[in-house]
Amino acid sequence: MNFDLVIIGLAGVLVTAAPVVFAAIGETFAERSGVINLSVNGTIVLAAMVGFAVAVNTNSLILGYLSGMIVGAVIAWIVAFSSITLHQSQVAVGFVLTLTTLNLAYFLGNPYTSVQGPTLPSLPIPLLSQIPVLGALFFRADLMTYLSYVLIIGAWVWVFKTRPGLILQGIGERPAAAFVRGADVNRMRYIYTVLGGALVGLAGPVYSLGVKAGWKGTISGLDGIGWIALAITIFGGWNPIRAAFGAYLFALLQWLSLVVQPALPAIPGQVLQVAPFPLMILTLLLVNISDAEWVDRTLAALPERTRRIIARLLRAMHASPPASLGMPFEKE
Amino acid sequence: MEKKLTSRWMNLGLQSLSILAALLFTTVVLLLSGAPPLQAYRQLIIGMVGSLDNVSNILVAWMPLLITTAGLLVTFAAGLWNIGIEGQITLGAVFTTWVLRSLQDSPMPAGIILALAILAGMLGGALWASLAGVLKTFGGVNEIFGGLGLNFVASALVLWLIYGPWRRPGVASLSGTVAFPERLSLPTLPNMSISLWSLLLGAISVAIIYILLRGTYIGLKLKAIGKNIRAAYILGVRTWQYMMLSFAVCGLFAGLAGAIQVTAVFHRLLPYITSGYGYLGLLVAMLANYQAILIAPITLFYAGLNIGGIQLPIALKLDSSLSGVLQGVLVLFVLLGEGVRQRFTRRA
Repeated sequence: MNFDLVIIGLAGVLVTAAPVVFAAIGETFAERSGVINLSVNGTIVLAAMVGFAVAVNTNSLILGYLSGMIVGAVIAWIVAFSSITLHQSQVAVGFVLTLTTLNLAYFLGNPYTSVQGPTLPSLPIPLLSQIPVLGALFFRADLMTYLSYVLIIGAWVWVFKTRPGLILQGIGERPAAAFVRGADVNRMRYIYTVLGGALVGLAGPVYSLGVKAGWKGTISGLDGIGWIALAITIFGGWNPIRAAFGAYLFALLQWLSLVVQPALPAIPGQVLQVAPFPLMILTLLLVNISDAEWVDRTLAALPERTRRIIARLLRAMHASPPASLGMPFEKE
Repeated sequence: MEKKLTSRWMNLGLQSLSILAALLFTTVVLLLSGAPPLQAYRQLIIGMVGSLDNVSNILVAWMPLLITTAGLLVTFAAGLWNIGIEGQITLGAVFTTWVLRSLQDSPMPAGIILALAILAGMLGGALWASLAGVLKTFGGVNEIFGGLGLNFVASALVLWLIYGPWRRPGVASLSGTVAFPERLSLPTLPNMSISLWSLLLGAISVAIIYILLRGTYIGLKLKAIGKNIRAAYILGVRTWQYMMLSFAVCGLFAGLAGAIQVTAVFHRLLPYITSGYGYLGLLVAMLANYQAILIAPITLFYAGLNIGGIQLPIALKLDSSLSGVLQGVLVLFVLLGEGVRQRFTRRA
């Protein structure tokens, strides 16, 4: 394979990863504030269907993207309302929603199966796209892919470099302390969950109007993306840049599995496509394993130098969730 | 006394409201899709009880769903979200198919082969569940994500088997492996698809889970872990051992459900061998508020919706996923209703 083809392939990876980037960063916002939105997988599928249907009927891409965001925001609001206001289990409500919205998408999307619809055109950026290698890699994509780059940087700056971001970290880590300092914890949680949900919803039309345009029901290839995004949120240690890195890693793997497919005719394509999932387990294992007690004990038994190297590796991989993730906050 | 009575009426009222809200929501969905709602509900009911065949098919679907849900109550008791249940059913089906394939040409009596195959299925489910358990207890991997990853791996395994070592002579396809001879199926009632054996296995499963959770120390310890794992640990409950146990027990039942899917429903290994009963079982367990006594009627109703939904594409060209929408929003509104009730009682 020649070099140009590799660059084109990698540029494709950046485009196909965009939906996962949007979803993982949206979920990062919600979880940073202390709310797990487990509905992501169904939300993306429903938003993809609605976004596509709206774009077909109105012939407007913008309305397609907006409707997907609204779907995501509404579903996230249900999660927020039932957990923050009604104190129901976030996991339970999220899981019910993920299944329900999936079925809803397949039911309502039935008439739109294999219908021709509008597609987001590619938009090479003048000048920048002419830079050797980098131009082909980054700047010959479409608007939504560029938006995903902006979001990665913007989200990171917001969370770690601004005052509201500091408060966001506070309400997820120590809500009581944030409350004492004047933060309206539950209101902020509502805002970030709904905002994060809108980003998760945006992932749907980004897929169905761009990455793989159209709606094909159960074989749209969308089912599963949301679960990957949720895992990447953890893998990313609730850090937008690390999450984006995870999203690109998974997209890269999926591309590689397509590339190696012809060399392995004995293995059906469907098998290679799940290759990221064992890897997802493995990465989650690496991210979490240093929490386990037996790891400490085993490490202590190792010779000093090996111990130090392994411990440093584990620490670099390690990520711990916002301390009050999933827990309701009640002012006394 | 009077207060207790009012709260009971309020409970009943809220539950009826939740069910009404779910029906209303589904009706709006039907209107949105341009379908006549009353017609759709009528066809759904015809699909359920319109013929003896349909009723018999509901009973066939009921048992694996019931057994799966029964198993899930054990992991729920320990506070665990065993989303890996789908993969555990799948591995049960794979192990059962494996034993049936290896022994089908042997001179052993069919009954013994079937018994061995079902036991192997249970073992397969338990092993796959233990994997999620090990990831959780020794690797710190949340059981939701570990289980989910294992589900995808399990379905890839089935695809590989169907297209690879177990492919049917001629063209390998998504229609699965070669069907087993009839003597290797659980015997059915004359002219019906339901097997008394599978009904019996279902009844035994529910009874075992009911007793395990209500009348044994194991059940008590599992519930202690589910309520507060730190407190349970301090009080001397060996937490990780019991969590592993609950995964394994749940896996046994999931594997049994998978074995029934192979020996009493499909008679072969298929790509979508679980029929989604794992995820559906999680919904039912929530709707039943994790009470063993309630899961039999609810799973019967949900199995009915699954079978009834098949009528929708035939009669009205609607997608059968409407059943899934109704099954989901029912649970959603009941959860929301429960939240409203708790809010009221807290204020009172």
